[in-house]
Amino acid sequence: MAFLVNSCVKVGFVFGAVSPTTLSLQAEQDALRFPFPCPLTMCCSESIARDGRRETFFANELSLVKAVQIQETLPGGLKPELLPNHIAIILDGNRRWANERGFKELLPNHRNGGRVIKEIVFLCCKWRIKVVSIFAFSTENWVRPKQVDALMSLFEEVMQNDLQEFMGYNVQISFIGDKSKLPKSLQELIATVENSTRGNMGLHLMIAINYGGRYDVMQASRSIASKVKDGSLQVEDINETLFEKELETNCAEFPNPDLLIRTSGEQRISNFYLWQLAYTEVFFSVKKLPDFEEEDFIEVLISFQKRERRYGGN
Amino acid sequence: MESKSDSYAGSLVASLLSRMRRFLFHVLSTGPIPNHIAFILDGNRRYAKKQKLKEGMGHRAGFLALMSLMKYCYELGVKYVTIYAFSIDNFKRQPEEVQGLMDLMLEKIEGLLKEESIVNQYGVRVYFIGNLKLLNAPVRDAAAKAMKATANNDKSILLICVAYTSTDEIVHAAQEAIEEKWGETQESSKASGAQNSDICQEKHKGHRTIKLADIERHIYMGLAPDPDILVRTSGESRLSNFLLWQTSTCLLYSPKALWPEIGLRHIVWAVLNFQRVHPYLEKRRKQV
Repeated sequence: MAFLVNSCVKVGFVFGAVSPTTLSLQAEQDALRFPFPCPLTMCCSESIARDGRRETFFANELSLVKAVQIQETLPGGLKPELLPNHIAIILDGNRRWANERGFKELLPNHRNGGRVIKEIVFLCCKWRIKVVSIFAFSTENWVRPKQVDALMSLFEEVMQNDLQEFMGYNVQISFIGDKSKLPKSLQELIATVENSTRGNMGLHLMIAINYGGRYDVMQASRSIASKVKDGSLQVEDINETLFEKELETNCAEFPNPDLLIRTSGEQRISNFYLWQLAYTEVFFSVKKLPDFEEEDFIEVLISFQKRERRYGGN
Repeated sequence: MESKSDSYAGSLVASLLSRMRRFLFHVLSTGPIPNHIAFILDGNRRYAKKQKLKEGMGHRAGFLALMSLMKYCYELGVKYVTIYAFSIDNFKRQPEEVQGLMDLMLEKIEGLLKEESIVNQYGVRVYFIGNLKLLNAPVRDAAAKAMKATANNDKSILLICVAYTSTDEIVHAAQEAIEEKWGETQESSKASGAQNSDICQEKHKGHRTIKLADIERHIYMGLAPDPDILVRTSGESRLSNFLLWQTSTCLLYSPKALWPEIGLRHIVWAVLNFQRVHPYLEKRRKQV
């Protein structure tokens, strides 16, 4: 009987007799009430799980449902259809924040910043942002040995303690950058985290560690050069599409950020992404990372939604 | 009589403003002056709409603003000025607009070569940077002529990016670097003969690796050091595929003014911000 009611709701939706809100509420009730999944919902959820995209009979309808569900959780002023697919964040201002307060210990300072980033990532999960990149450690940060030690410890701590929480949010985690120069223990942890989260279909979190925009372009050039040397590629066939596929960000569904946020007010890219930032909207927040809160993030997203992106055309 | 006194008053005011500007620059020069400023000339079409001008007049107003900006930069002591005149992406615009821009470029390039132009006044050497093969023949020829005519100027440099995008620049540099490396390796292998091929391979292993210097040698903008400041007018805060390789540590400044509205105050503000961060960036540069 319940199966019949459920099916009637979905059929009613397709013919416009039932609103998206009703459908989403119905889906919630189904999840709570029925021990055996309804064949129709099972078909839909299986196909979503199969490839992460909505290639089902209810593709458009479920997009509407999802849009309504996201809208119900989005703060006022934000529209789901105008949210960026990929947000990149330069985490700046930890040390200055700590110096202003007279805190001397490096690890607790960075832990503070780490807490803020986790909150932003989980907000992005809630609001169905597809990809988030964070600039955790630059190729140029090796010149600060004390900070390097603190950061490496923090990375290990976060990966060991917070992995379950990220799994709970269905987050896939990838690491980009030259991992060969990192401590062996950290390299092993990175491999574990990547393997454990590979099958997750939610937000894709890319952590840039020992990464630089020029490093990425150089490694792509070398990869292409070796293909030319092997004879599998001609020089004249090298084009932008091919080049982009060789960049480390190619592991993500949306490799190029729509929005880049830098905290602490400094107005420069500092060798984070290079190629990938060609058409990215950049937002410089004056707040230092530990002070960057949900309302600041919402302000950035509202600003993004107002921007007119022309890509050089009309 | 009246027009003579008007023109005398006009010259007096212009002279006074010029003196005040030079004094201001003298004060600014007590701090570090940027060596290279790059500009994205955004907002010409919006300016034309705002001022209810005919289509295409916004770009002409933009050209006048460019001449003033160049004057301020060269008086201040900025050696390199780069402008994003026309992107490869701009070819997607309406054909009439693209043709209008090409005609304007041709007219203004020819104007640069005149005796009284700003280029000769300030000893500016002009370079055209980009995939110039994409331009029509008249513009390409005029650009080549302008580069040749200003080759002996050595006080300042103007880099005009036309038919340019950074991604095209990087792909081109990679192609040239790979062609150079692969070409060297092939010739050396032939010279050494088939024997000792392992030794040959080991010897050339280093040569086969593309290095940073190889890319930098072939990049279009290799003629100039990296910019110290990148200014994009009209309040938009994105790079639009301009100087991505060169702006990793550059100060980004996005005044809300449309390009034809840009003025001295924006340059002064940009330079003051540059002077604020310069000590930190210099320190980082030395460490890295």
